[in-house]
Amino acid sequence: MTKGRSTGTFPVKRGLAEMMKGGVIMDVVTAEQAKIAEDAGAVAVMALERVPADIRRDGGVARMSDPEMIEGIKAAVSIPVMAKVRIGHFVEAQIIQALGVDFIDESEVLTPADEAHHIDKFAFDVPFVCGATNLGEALRRISEGAAMIRSKGEAGTGNVVEAVRHLRSIIGDMKRLTMADEPELFDWAKKLQAPLPLVQEIAETGKLPVPLFCAGGLATPADAALAMQLGAESVFVGSGIFKSDDPSPRAKAIVEATTHFNDADILAKVSRGLGAPMTGIAMDEINQRYAERGW
Amino acid sequence: MPNGAGDTSTTTGLRVGVLALQGAFEAHQERLIEIGVDAPLIRTPLDLETVDAVVLPGGESTTMSRLLTTSGLFDALEDRFAEGMPVFGTCAGMILCAADVLDGRSDQRGFDLIDLTVRRNGYGRQLESFESDINVAGLDEPFHAVFIRAPFVERIGDDVEILASLDGVAVLVRNQRCTVAAFHPELTNDVRLHEIFVSSLKTSH
Repeated sequence: MTKGRSTGTFPVKRGLAEMMKGGVIMDVVTAEQAKIAEDAGAVAVMALERVPADIRRDGGVARMSDPEMIEGIKAAVSIPVMAKVRIGHFVEAQIIQALGVDFIDESEVLTPADEAHHIDKFAFDVPFVCGATNLGEALRRISEGAAMIRSKGEAGTGNVVEAVRHLRSIIGDMKRLTMADEPELFDWAKKLQAPLPLVQEIAETGKLPVPLFCAGGLATPADAALAMQLGAESVFVGSGIFKSDDPSPRAKAIVEATTHFNDADILAKVSRGLGAPMTGIAMDEINQRYAERGW
Repeated sequence: MPNGAGDTSTTTGLRVGVLALQGAFEAHQERLIEIGVDAPLIRTPLDLETVDAVVLPGGESTTMSRLLTTSGLFDALEDRFAEGMPVFGTCAGMILCAADVLDGRSDQRGFDLIDLTVRRNGYGRQLESFESDINVAGLDEPFHAVFIRAPFVERIGDDVEILASLDGVAVLVRNQRCTVAAFHPELTNDVRLHEIFVSSLKTSH
């Protein structure tokens, strides 16, 4: 006897994350930008009202986008559509799921709605991605049901330094876990504030049980290839594309760079003549670090 | 996990390249290595030169179509397919192999290797993605299949053999040189479909 169809299971959620590997997920604020992203070879678009650089500039409370705007983007492209909800705001997540969006980002770029609790992501059929600055944070999000982890970086800065810090922290600790013995794993679980079974699993496999993508501050093809060489499995590019001088060629070049991340000749070819990237900001010039949001 | 037919205890000497422009290529590589097949990743035409067959993995077919063109792999693969190189395509790979694609992008390119009409994302969006057991011709036990925004087979040519269906719709089919699945056999730790493909190479090798 065969079992019938099951939807919304963890393998089905994780499966979509697997399909996005080696790809670029682009932030878009209009249907027109979504089409440019799809034309450029994006594996998915993140529909939002303002890119992080503008959220940073405008200040105030950043919330879920207008459903009408999200539906406009859904109608414009055939690739998966993601949308952001505030940390802990499970009603925003219920609304986004009702819109038929393909992936929800419980994102520190929006103003958190809950200072202690993240969303119970197992309660949803739609898969979730969550940010993490270190391995403990990644494992807490996975234990809440996240089907994809992205290193947070610092969104809206055009500065890759924080993305590198967070990727190195997550991947470095995974390497160290593979060398730890069983009594040390108990201590690791305590220090990471993460469930022991997940810590033991990583000690065995050396990698997260869900795909690890990189986000926050990537602005050039070289930034994307750097994230991939450091061990990210895909990249999110937010402000970096549509805050640059000429978004379409830059978007295409970042897609090429993510695929051919180990081929310096191709990277040199695609990095030529792209116009000015977004200006970007140094870390000591910003007063709000989004990466500190999340617990 | 059930282990199917075929001798997997020794290396086969076969090289099955896995198209690695985007998508779930590493999972395919792992399954192939498990059954003793050398499985290099293919990103440039040069990578293609020494392989006996190729796997086109799942991922975004629009992304792959674009990267196939920019990498020069579209023409290189087309030449090899014209010489009869066998191919195993899953999900987006099925779309790339099908004769006709509905709901694709107008500039989306394909190889036209098997007489099928498929509808892209024909089962719906992610919320309609699902897993299910399916019965596969030649396998004693059901195969657990994961369908992610899967292509829906709307028409099948006369020379196409159906290996598995779900609720009356073909989900695993093949002709002489091309085997395609609407689902993702690489996402489960079950190598039986990879074994079926590889054993078909041995008989034609």
